[in-house]
Amino acid sequence: MSFVKEIDYGTPAARSDKTVTLTIDGREITVPEGTSVMRAAREAGIEVPKLCANDMVKAFGSCRLCLVEIEGRGGTPASCTTPAADGMKVSTGTERLQTIRRGVMELYMSDHPEDCPACAAGDCEMARMARTVGLKEVRYGREGENHIWPAREGKANPHFVEMDLSNPYFAYDPSQCIVCSLCVRACEESQGTFALTVEGRGFESRIAAGMHEPFLESECVSCGACVQACPTGALREKSVIEKGMPEWSAVTTCAYCGVGCSFIAEMKGEDVVRMVPYKAGKANRGHSCVKGRFAYGYAIHKDRILRPMVREKITDPWREVTWEEAFRHVANEFRRIQYQYGRSAVGGITSSRCTNEETYLVQKLVRQGFRNNNVDTCARVCHSPTGYGLKTTFGTSAGTQDFDSVEQADVVMVIGANPTDGHPVFASRLKKRLRQGAKLIVLDPRRIDLVRSPHVEAAFHLPLKPGTNAAVLNALAHVIVSEGLFDEAFIRERCDWDEFQDWAQFVLEPENSPEAVEQVSGVPAETIRGAARLYATGGNAAIYYGLGVTEHSQGSTTVMAIANLAMATGNIGRPGVGVNPLRGQNNVQGSCDMGSFPHELPGYRHISEDATRAIYEALWGVKLDDEPGLRIPNMLDAALEGSFKGLYIQGEDILQSDPNTRHVADGLAAMECVVVHDLFLNETANYAHVFLPGSTFLEKDGTFTNAERRINRVRKVMEPKNGYADWEVTQKLAQSLGLDWNYAHPSEIMAEIAATTPSFAGVSYELLDREGSVQWPCNEKAPTGTPVMHVGGFVRGKGKFIRTAYVATDEKTGPRFPLLLTTGRVLSQYNVGAQTRRTANVVWHEEDRLEIHPFDAENRGIRDGDWVKLASRAGETTLRAKITERVAPGVVYTTFHHPATQANVVTTEYSDWATNCPEYKVTAVQVTPSNGPTEWQEDYEALSRRSRRIVHVEAAE
Amino acid sequence: MSHEAGYKTGEEKLVYMANQIARFFEAMPHEEAVSGVADHINKFWEPRMRRHLFEIVARGGEGLRPLVLEAAQRVKRPREADA
Repeated sequence: MSFVKEIDYGTPAARSDKTVTLTIDGREITVPEGTSVMRAAREAGIEVPKLCANDMVKAFGSCRLCLVEIEGRGGTPASCTTPAADGMKVSTGTERLQTIRRGVMELYMSDHPEDCPACAAGDCEMARMARTVGLKEVRYGREGENHIWPAREGKANPHFVEMDLSNPYFAYDPSQCIVCSLCVRACEESQGTFALTVEGRGFESRIAAGMHEPFLESECVSCGACVQACPTGALREKSVIEKGMPEWSAVTTCAYCGVGCSFIAEMKGEDVVRMVPYKAGKANRGHSCVKGRFAYGYAIHKDRILRPMVREKITDPWREVTWEEAFRHVANEFRRIQYQYGRSAVGGITSSRCTNEETYLVQKLVRQGFRNNNVDTCARVCHSPTGYGLKTTFGTSAGTQDFDSVEQADVVMVIGANPTDGHPVFASRLKKRLRQGAKLIVLDPRRIDLVRSPHVEAAFHLPLKPGTNAAVLNALAHVIVSEGLFDEAFIRERCDWDEFQDWAQFVLEPENSPEAVEQVSGVPAETIRGAARLYATGGNAAIYYGLGVTEHSQGSTTVMAIANLAMATGNIGRPGVGVNPLRGQNNVQGSCDMGSFPHELPGYRHISEDATRAIYEALWGVKLDDEPGLRIPNMLDAALEGSFKGLYIQGEDILQSDPNTRHVADGLAAMECVVVHDLFLNETANYAHVFLPGSTFLEKDGTFTNAERRINRVRKVMEPKNGYADWEVTQKLAQSLGLDWNYAHPSEIMAEIAATTPSFAGVSYELLDREGSVQWPCNEKAPTGTPVMHVGGFVRGKGKFIRTAYVATDEKTGPRFPLLLTTGRVLSQYNVGAQTRRTANVVWHEEDRLEIHPFDAENRGIRDGDWVKLASRAGETTLRAKITERVAPGVVYTTFHHPATQANVVTTEYSDWATNCPEYKVTAVQVTPSNGPTEWQEDYEALSRRSRRIVHVEAAE
Repeated sequence: MSHEAGYKTGEEKLVYMANQIARFFEAMPHEEAVSGVADHINKFWEPRMRRHLFEIVARGGEGLRPLVLEAAQRVKRPREADA
């Protein structure tokens, strides 16, 4: 068992083309100009003692331990704040320095608890530094003024501050704090929240959260950066305090959002002690958010189902069975259904939460085993328009940049995304760039945090009416074309000039003028003009967008409109620019890549392509269906119509996450064999006949592909509690259906993917172990992957300009439903909440609330916290109101993290014209005061209770 | 006509979807629009859905936009076995 230990170079890497050469303790070392002496020393293999520095934040020079001597200079400068210079001769360990360091350390230790539990556990740099500098005794004793003792001889110690245990995940013990300010700097520089400060002066100085508040009540977002930075035991993970120090560790990838952060899972046996962000992780560069860092407790939650279960009817209680019986049952049922209703009467849904390898196997099971293409994935309800739009315009269904690219952006346009909540680690990287001076444009109906937060303010906020994205983007294009701000040279070289001219003519039409669009979108024409000018002329301009773009009737149109803008202004094909979808789930990119769509084989190759099918037919030994299969909503329609009867769902809760819950419920109820493969008895399982227990990301090997197309390794750190990793379950199911599958390890599945998919040709576990991660395409032309796409030319050849006419959604407000509902999420929760609701994250968000503007609330006699009924044409639900000016009058907003809220009872079936991605972001609603849950909520609650009954049997295996 | 459960039935929805596709392509030159709609349906609609579309067209195509009706002539007929 090994322990992953990353080197701390003391100060961040300097970026410079120029280098300097110096000598440290007789060793010559060459470093980029601007590198600190401390870092240069560490690169030369010399560790200078330190407490207040690390390589994630700027040097501060306060602890005075890292002093060095420099030939020809007086005194003993701090090596962390002294830049290396040519010809410098540095000594780091002279007797004089040792004496000073011992003296400094002795003073520190005189105000450090003798019985410090962190020191004893080996989780405190203080103890290590004391040893390093050779401190043997503390001559001053600990009797004088100090921060250690609560009281002495009956007198309270005025300097003592109680522990702050308010945060569920970490503890703050001021008595161990040395006020080095690393936590303050980490909060500012890495996270960008500015929740921490040093209050008081001299001996009185103390770290405080917010306005001298407990951490939980302050603006702290619990990202953990301060805990990671703390060199003493002052800020520690509660899990480490409870479980003790980890014994071994492995690098793995977070299973929450599409940022795909790398973590070191620090373990004690089979128990996770803590998750520490991995500095070498190229997506997160050592940063994390509250979910990835702390909210992994769901993996061992008591609600996890660990044994397979079967029932005849969905009104029966569940019966625990052996794995063999479960597989046999599914195989028999699916064969029966296909015999009785036809080959295309069954299908499967792959999961964006599972690994690439697992997703690949599910689509393979459908195509090779079921012999049809009825496979779809949860990307259907989030980013399917991204796939369609970017494939059409650029030639590949993926974002164009890596996250590092944002460091070179001068203008960032965020459209329909709320990165500080949905993609927090990327948001921190973005905010860092904004604090350095990059300009920000936000297109969003809500005043999201990014519009104005500490040291960040959007140059333009376009608070458009939900559903008018395409109109506003066309108006931006109108300004760019009419004012001649387009990049003619780029367009002539990379795109088709005639197509551009056709498009230019289209955007110049009067209905696309800012004035006309102001009428439909509510965004002042001058704001549109200002934003367009800034985007086109502000230097490197990058677009980041989210589900506020895709989850509309015009989702695909809007993605293409975004692509048009980027092409017209030449903002494609180099670092700092591009079109970047912020992907929702950890592996939504990967699940799309792996052929999860009913019309596509892995690598986005259409099922009708003979040559592509031939590759798989040769390998799998079957003839593949050349017709596209059913999408999720079409499966449900076909079920209601009686021609679709069996569904294998891996790791997705379609009942909660898909629109118009009643339609989903009726569709599922019309099927004869619904197989749910998940961690928990999710909402969909209420309609299932077979439950196959799933495994968490901690329990399996594999890969996730994040929003940057980065393929990251997932490493198994514990045995699956349910007995099998998800890929093994699918394999055993396939074997029960008579398929000859014999994968011994996920690396063999990846080998098959690489052998059959050109954009993955170079990917192997050996390569991933060597490189850490790679971004596809990864093949002969790009052996270590492709950070930036479309360099020098588009994948499809010429970039394609497309007319993107604005078509208003049919979901319209009127007298009965005068308000527009839009949906989103919060930082502490994730998706339908199945994981995060089973962690302490609920302290931040225990229920979904309806955000409503004070004007609309007052009109309806609604006070903050009141129960309100939210009704649409599709259905109604109740929840509590939150009055806020964050939403404009006429717009209301809620999250969908809790099943009791049933927000999707309200959302309609309108969907994107090209991909059927549901229009979650626009629903016409009415809000009225209410006394409590609706009939549907009560009925559903009763149904859930009934359908979750389990008849336990004695251990059968 | 709307299903009392609060959602459209299969056929209503199919007509709606086809018209939605048409409305995107209507912004383009006519020839491009016709082939655009047909190509989209061929690429993404499962045979069952295409069969329903042909049934609706055969009954006179009520509710379908003219562009869909024109494009339907270029939509691939599903094989008997698939539909």
